[in-house]
Amino acid sequence: MRRLWLWLPLAVFVAFLVTVAIGLRKPPETQIRSQMIGKPMPDFALAPAVASHPPLAAADLRRGRPRLVNVFASWCVPCKVEAPQLEALKRSGVPIDGVAIRDRSEDVAKFLAQWGDPFERIGSDPDSKVQFALGSSGVPETFVVDGSGVIRHQHIGDIRPENVPEILAAYEAAK
Amino acid sequence: MSPRPSLRGAKQRSNPASVVGAAGLLRFARNDGLALLAALFLAAPALAQSSLPPSRYAYAQLEDPRKEAEAKALMETLRCLVCQGQSIADSDADMAGDMRALVRERIAAGEKPEAIRAWLVNRYGAWVSYRPPVEPLTWPLWAAPALLLAAGLYLARGRFRRRRR
Repeated sequence: MRRLWLWLPLAVFVAFLVTVAIGLRKPPETQIRSQMIGKPMPDFALAPAVASHPPLAAADLRRGRPRLVNVFASWCVPCKVEAPQLEALKRSGVPIDGVAIRDRSEDVAKFLAQWGDPFERIGSDPDSKVQFALGSSGVPETFVVDGSGVIRHQHIGDIRPENVPEILAAYEAAK
Repeated sequence: MSPRPSLRGAKQRSNPASVVGAAGLLRFARNDGLALLAALFLAAPALAQSSLPPSRYAYAQLEDPRKEAEAKALMETLRCLVCQGQSIADSDADMAGDMRALVRERIAAGEKPEAIRAWLVNRYGAWVSYRPPVEPLTWPLWAAPALLLAAGLYLARGRFRRRRR
């Protein structure tokens, strides 16, 4: 029995090594999910990002119909990549609003002219305050908000063509 | 060895929104020089920063030194969201700057540091804080030092006793 006890420290050490080895082999989780899913949209009222679009406020997101809120920026490359997918969502009847992070009005206007404009309203978030309030950790990100203003779904990163069905499904589920 | 399949495989796994995503892509494509080059190229846009100047309190200290010290202590224990391995006090990312501004403005407005931490944890999870919370999942972490010390004392006691005999 005493003999067995002598092996205990070694066993603990081996267990530790195995745990570390498993942890090292596992690819690190790089996406930080928002904890705001299922919670009401935090209150905000942003200034308009461009003259051509009305501004966005939290109150605009609880008007009875679900909407998409796309967090984007003109300086963000993947945001250009997802433009056709946002266009496709708009064509399927999904209303989309935008939050432009740390952006200039003229840059947003140029971005919309060049890559397409799926947005109804666009708010300007020059110091990322609304982005923090949403629990968003980068651009682009897309949130599905239901008719009563509760956040139902978060898509992290650019929307690829294969992501469109899941976002449409989340939109339908939010109705 | 054609670069395409591995490039495609890498693309599916990468998240261009984050630098770490690009790093993952790099790791995934390491068997293929061409894909590695492509990964390095793809990693560049992930570092894109905005053209807006930093927020006022991203780099400026608060006027009240006591409040600045409070803010600094908090910033050192908050994790930068886009760099993931740095605190917001250490990072030059735009987003970290905006988070420093948020911390300083809220401290200046009289908010308690722990309330600001809680506000962020509510949004990003305990991940955003470098201070692990005491909860069932982390009890072993907090208990381990005490348990190890107790075990060490017990072992040492056994040894001393034997020697005295």
